[in-house]
Amino acid sequence: MSQVDPVVSTASGLDVDAIRARFPILQQEINGKPLVYLDNGATAQKPDVVIDAVSDCYRSYYANIHRGVHELSQRSTTAFEAVRGTVQRFLNAPSEDEVVFTRGTTEGINLVANSFVRPRLQAGDEILVTGMEHHSNIVPWQLLCDATGAKLVVVPFSDAGELDLDDVAARINKRTKFVSVIHVSNALGTINPVAEIVELAHAQDVPVLVDGAQSAPHMPVDVQALGCDFFVFSGHKTYGPSGVGVLWGRYELLAAMPPWHGGGDMIKTVTFERSEFAEPPQRFEAGTPNIAGVIGMGAGIEWLMGLGLDKVAAHEADLLAYAHEQVSAMEGVRIIGNARRKAAALSFVMDEAHPHDIGTILDNDGVAIRSGHHCAQPVMQRYGIPATARASFGVYNTRAEVDQLVASIDKVRRLFA
Amino acid sequence: MADDLFKLYQDVILEHNRKPRNYVAVDPATHRGHGYNPLCGDSIELTLDVRDGVIHAIGFQGESCAIATASASLLTDTLQGCSVDEAEAITARFRAVMDGQDEEDLPAGLEPLRGVRRFPSRIKCARLAWASLEAALAGDGEDGAASTEG
Repeated sequence: MSQVDPVVSTASGLDVDAIRARFPILQQEINGKPLVYLDNGATAQKPDVVIDAVSDCYRSYYANIHRGVHELSQRSTTAFEAVRGTVQRFLNAPSEDEVVFTRGTTEGINLVANSFVRPRLQAGDEILVTGMEHHSNIVPWQLLCDATGAKLVVVPFSDAGELDLDDVAARINKRTKFVSVIHVSNALGTINPVAEIVELAHAQDVPVLVDGAQSAPHMPVDVQALGCDFFVFSGHKTYGPSGVGVLWGRYELLAAMPPWHGGGDMIKTVTFERSEFAEPPQRFEAGTPNIAGVIGMGAGIEWLMGLGLDKVAAHEADLLAYAHEQVSAMEGVRIIGNARRKAAALSFVMDEAHPHDIGTILDNDGVAIRSGHHCAQPVMQRYGIPATARASFGVYNTRAEVDQLVASIDKVRRLFA
Repeated sequence: MADDLFKLYQDVILEHNRKPRNYVAVDPATHRGHGYNPLCGDSIELTLDVRDGVIHAIGFQGESCAIATASASLLTDTLQGCSVDEAEAITARFRAVMDGQDEEDLPAGLEPLRGVRRFPSRIKCARLAWASLEAALAGDGEDGAASTEG
């Protein structure tokens, strides 16, 4: 019996066949079997609208943005800037001027660490993270701590993969200068109670960043409801191109932050004596950005919003609950991460087979999963395992694909028995 | 491809994975090599007792997938009692096979590992113990470290 509570309990009503038809890459066989792509936690595949948006940009109106009075530059600038409005609606942000384009989640966190947190940090101060962070929400803070003498404080999690809010509260104190927390764990699938964590932190005047890499593709996100100060995600996981992402930050915080990278496009005036910096968000976008990538990201997000994020969440919750039920019933297979609220990811280990062997054998059946530490080595250490196999779902996956996953896991079991 | 899969996970590999040979820390050891692939987490520690140019004892321990474990087990089985020169020659031939030189001979005991060639993402698993051995022997008494990733 699955213990997972669906995020949204209503049936999704999505036409998944029609959704699948939008993804050219899914219409192929791998090793003679229909591709079952269950590695969406690593990256999502791209619908035709994204591929076409990128292609159309390069074919018909590509030029550099924010400069040049010629027609193509204006059209590129218009298309690029329109994506800020798309992201504003996607996150229910108060203003599109709060949307900073980055290379991805990792860059967003590094930007906040260096531009917002570093100037406020002194030796002995503390930064709070959870034990289930991705390396991208650990290493930037370690670098900062090494440079400043601040300390990284880690909130542990239970065997089920859940945080204890009392424990979070107990670790926020006068020395805490920043909280950075993963919204949905990529390794465990846990949906963390980030609104409650924000409330606890704000009660002590501590700002909070939410790492939304694994939440933004899978559920409605409302940064005003979450109450957070910064929210970061990656375009390639929201069905857009790789190499682009978003940092959303409250405007008054962005306005008080110095630039991180210096260069063109982020200044008002430059002389050799001094430079005057542009207002946010341009202040944080030095150099020519990934123009077609941002436009493609916008197309992916518009498409996702067109489906309805509540329906996407309901569909994926159904797949996850179904997979949980099937896999937890298998002998010799152990699910890693049994939080009551989970999204999109099912990590597991097997008594006899190492995750890499599982990955190879599943691949032979056309089933693509991730095996490894998922850039979350502390999570692996917490469970005393070197790695897990992880099936992670996207909006185009089906119950029939879960059945194929289960049949292939059973094949591993028989081979290694 | 199904045939290739079964060639990869043939009985010999599965059996060596289930019951690895020479799964010990040789003590006292004259040479040690530690192989670690940080991206996948596979870890193998080889220990050797080498005197007068001969491998008198060789063992391994660690945590790794079936391919890496079986490869380490077969390595220790093959090289037990060999001269260092022979061990280095066999290592070179194994490396050549993994690099795609299919015509290269291997000692019969290592033949089951040839199937890994068809699975490019797993060659680093098969090579880990061998890279550890090279590091151990190159260390000349000091601990050697190796990785087959990247």
